[in-house]
Parts: sequence; C-alpha cells; structure tokens
Amino acid sequence: MANPPNDAIIRVRDLTVEFGGGKTRVLNGLNLDVRRGEILGFVGPSGAGKSVLMRTIIGLVPRLAGDIEVFGVDLGTADSDARRAVERRWGILFQHGALFSSLSVRQNIQFPVREYLNVSERLLDEITIAKLGMVGLKPEVADRYPSELSGGMIKRVALARALALDPELVFLDEPTSGLDPIGAGDFDDLVMTLQRTLGLTVFMVTHDLDSLYTACDRIAVLGDGKVIAVGSIDDMRASQHPWLNSYFHGKRARAVVS
Amino acid sequence: MSGGPALERMTQGDALALYASGPWTARYAPDLETLVGDVEKMNSKSKRVLIDVSKVAKLDTFGAWLIERLSRSLAMTGAELRIAGLSANYSTLVDEVRRVKETPPPDREPVTIRATLDRIGRSVAQIGDTLIGIIEMTGALLFALWTVVRHPSRFRFTSVVHHLEQVCWRAVPIIVLITFLIGCIIAQQGLFHFRRFGADVFVVDMLGVLVLREIGVLLVAIMVAGRSGSAYTAELGSMKMREEIDALRTMGFDPIEVLVLPRIIALVIGLPALTFLGAMAALYGGGLVAWLYGGVEPEAFLLRLRDAISIDHFMIGMIKAPFMAIVIGIVACVEGMLVRGSAESLGQHTTASVVKGIFFVIVMDGIFAIFFASIGK
Repeated sequence: MANPPNDAIIRVRDLTVEFGGGKTRVLNGLNLDVRRGEILGFVGPSGAGKSVLMRTIIGLVPRLAGDIEVFGVDLGTADSDARRAVERRWGILFQHGALFSSLSVRQNIQFPVREYLNVSERLLDEITIAKLGMVGLKPEVADRYPSELSGGMIKRVALARALALDPELVFLDEPTSGLDPIGAGDFDDLVMTLQRTLGLTVFMVTHDLDSLYTACDRIAVLGDGKVIAVGSIDDMRASQHPWLNSYFHGKRARAVVS
Repeated sequence: MSGGPALERMTQGDALALYASGPWTARYAPDLETLVGDVEKMNSKSKRVLIDVSKVAKLDTFGAWLIERLSRSLAMTGAELRIAGLSANYSTLVDEVRRVKETPPPDREPVTIRATLDRIGRSVAQIGDTLIGIIEMTGALLFALWTVVRHPSRFRFTSVVHHLEQVCWRAVPIIVLITFLIGCIIAQQGLFHFRRFGADVFVVDMLGVLVLREIGVLLVAIMVAGRSGSAYTAELGSMKMREEIDALRTMGFDPIEVLVLPRIIALVIGLPALTFLGAMAALYGGGLVAWLYGGVEPEAFLLRLRDAISIDHFMIGMIKAPFMAIVIGIVACVEGMLVRGSAESLGQHTTASVVKGIFFVIVMDGIFAIFFASIGK
C-alpha cells in the first residue's frame, strides 16, 4: 500500500467538527500530520477537543468538513472494505479501557484476532500470553474478568487488545491517567519498547508531562479548535504562547524538569 | 507461493538449516503456522540446527513467536540451535517473546454429568437465595419507610413524582390500548360461543366479572412488570456497576431510602391507577364489540352490567393492585442490586427481574383467589 510522500501515516486537512447542530464548533480547520514510526503526544486544555479529534480520525464522530487520510486512504471516500482494511491496521486504547465486560481477558485479546485471522486455538492462546507478557502482566490474569482487574491492569489489558493484531498505528487516549507514577513510567517505557520493536506509530492524547518529556518524539498542541504548535519538547518550552508557557513552565512542569 | 512467507529446509549430514523468508506477520499467521508445524512434525534427528532469518522481510509478534516456538520444539529434541541474521530491531522483539513461559492450559470446564448436576443444584439453591433477598429487601424497605415517617423531611417527593411519571403517566397509552383490545377479544369470543345457546346477554356478566376481578389487574401487573420492573433493574444495576450506589452510601445516604423507596411508592400509587384505567378501557372495548358485533345496545349493556356485578368485584380487583406493585418493585430492586460488573450480568438480572416479577404476580393472584373464595366473596 502506497504511503504519501512525506511518510505521514495520518494526514488531517481543514477538519471541522461541530456538536449540537452548529451550537459548538469543537474543531475549526485543523491540520495535522503524524509521521511513520514516531510517538506524537497531543496536548491541550481540558475540553479543547483532543479526544474528539482522536474519535473523528477513527470515525466515531462525524465531521462537517475536511479530509482525513490514514495509511494514504481517504477515510471520507473509502468504501467499507477499504475502511476495514485500515481498521485492521490500527489499534485503539480508549480512555477507560472499553474492555468487553462479559468476556475474560483472554477472550478480549483474542476477539480481534479471531475476527480477522484463521489460526489455531493453540497459537491464539500462545499469542495472548505473549501479548500479556509484553504489557507486563502475568499469564494468570488471562482468565479473569475486567471487573476483577485494577485500573492499571485494565489499561494494560486494553493495550494488549489494541496490539493484538500487531497494528502499525495505535491511538492512546490518556494511557497513563489514573496510574501511579511508577506504573505510568513503566507504561511509557512499554510504549517506547513497542515502538522500537514493532515499528509502531503512536498517537497519544495525554496530560502527563513525564510522558511528554520521556516518550514523545513530537508534541502537538490543540487550542481554539486548531493545532497551535507542533514540535519537539524544546520547541514547546521555547514557545511564547501563553497557554504553552504556563503548561511547560508551570509548577508541575518545573518539578518534572528538575 | 509468491509474496507469502516461506521456510526452506536443507539437510547436510547431521546439520539442518532452515531459511525463513518473506513477511512473517499476523496477516500470514495461518500459513506460518503450517510451515512451522511441518518442520516440527518432521521430527529431525539433526544435532545442529541453524535458523536463518536474514531474508525475513517483516516480522511482528506472531512471526517472532512462531520462530520462538520452532526453536523451542527443536531444542526439545536436544539439538544445538543457532539463530542467524537477526537484525537489531527484530532481536528485541524475539527477546520479548522469549520471556513468554509455557502457556498454562486455559480453564475449559469439561461437560460431565457431575458438572450438570452441580449446576442444577446451584440453581435450586438460588431459588432460596431469591426468597431470602426478597425478605431482606422487604425488611430494609420497612426500615427506610419508618425512617421517613419519623423524619418526613427526608421523604423524596420529587423523586416519587418523577418515577410516577415514568411508571404511570407514560404507560397510560399502551396499557389503555392493550386492555381495550383484550376487552374486545373477550366480548367477541363470548358472543361467538354464547350465541349458540342463545345466552348472548351473559357475555356482559362474563366481561364484567373477568375484567374487574382478574384480567384487568393481572394484565396490567404483567405489563408493568415487563415495562417498569425491567427499567428499575437496569437503572439500579448500571448504577451498581459504576459504583454510584457505593458513592451514595459513603456520603451517608441509605440507597434503599434514596433509590428504592421512591420507586416502590411510585409503583404502589401507579399500578392501582393503571388497573382502574385498564379495567375501564376493557369494559369500554367489550361494550363496543357487544354493540357493533352482538347487537347489545349500550343502554342494555349498562343495565345488565349493573345487575351482574357488585362493588365487591371492583374492590377485589383494586385491592390486589398495590400488593402486586410491591412484589414487582421488590423483585426488580433485589435483582438490580445483585448486578455485578459485566454487561452480561446486567442482562441476566433484568431478564430474571421480569420473569420472577410475572411469576410472583401470578402466584399472588392465586393466593388472593383462595383467600376471597374462603371468605365467601
């Protein structure tokens, strides 16, 4: 499958999203490129529309105008087969895990694999255990149900499910929120390891300054329905934009840097 | 196979060389499994094995795991193993899957007579649990009622009105429609069969007694159990799932007082009201059919109705309604509180709520029938 020239795995152009029949315009002519193999951190004030952008790219929120290309496929004009082909190549970690509550951890991870691949039960079980191992969980967890897991474990299992088909692109919606700092640090390491080993591209919505400093290659900032800045952490720190300034030079940011 | 993965074998004396090539990724997992399985089945006696992966175009967890599985099974035969041509990126991945321990077999319960008997036993024991749950809820409800009586300011009037709207007001159209139709059907069937022996006019007696005493209240109670009982269970169940009930409790509120009591009071008021409306609609429907289909003039119908039924029939029907409301409400709330974390559990308890609600309504009706028969009404 051909990729666009500058190797952007996601290309968003002039995206506009409105809610409530035009009462609130959440995204207003937004442009964004996510390059192959990078970890892009996406930040912005609460309620600025970060999750809306993610949900619009993956097709859960309808858009008013603009184009979205993922893997070079225009999702606006693609037919359902092309869409499915794209969906098979990405994995999504929802903010609250969104595990299927009536399926065990094992069944949750195997669900997408069963749907797309015709492999033996043995391989399914082995891959499940391997994925659990990759996200730092013990094989014993496999037969538990989501309601029997802690918040951090739910995030890990959800990541394992997002990675079940070895996608090229993963969307993470606040992956470290609700985790203790050590757990959050482990999670960042995990994402970086997976990016190195599997060549993943990661689109990460986050508020975690530690993640931004350690894990992200580039950072995009959302404000007023647009991307107001894109660049490395140093670019962000050098920016004079008032929100960025208080975000990266505030009390919490200083604590992270020092 | 062009474009797909391959695994070529080459034997030289006691050495075996395996050359992997092509994409070893999830997409080709079924093919890869066959390739690896073939080599495993070969059961080679080779002392030295070389797995060359330098020609592998793409590797992901599936491919890496299958290479690992292959090397494990070859190592089991006691061969000396070497993996060559692993690029730096891929070696991290292979190391990652190497840490995977032998898979514990998944718990798949065998279907045996013993397990079946076990399940039957458990479901019998559950009937006892249901009864205990109902008694517990009744006790908690009486306690909450007593608290509210002592502190009337804690009575949730707004909540009762809200539930009354949901349970009673919004149910009026469907209840009236269904009871009207049932009244029509009873009258039509009565006329059709009574006509053969010229007892047309007795259809009014049958309709009056049946609707006011039994069918009216039973039908409405069953519909309310299906409509509002299920809603109660689903509401309380999803609040339970999202820890909302725990939150209430920690704020010092009694969930029974805040959530269950207003719902049950709304039902106790709403169900008799609906029963009255339903009975009237059924009589109207029956009267209409008697007139249009049986030629019984409305005046004649009303006169006959007045002779045929006494106020007792009406009272017996109405007095059952609040009791049925309590049973439906308690069963629905007990089931709602039993919901555990999963969506499946919510579905099971909602089903159970409706099934048990209807069951208890019918049992209750039977008990009332025996009672009224024995006091001679």
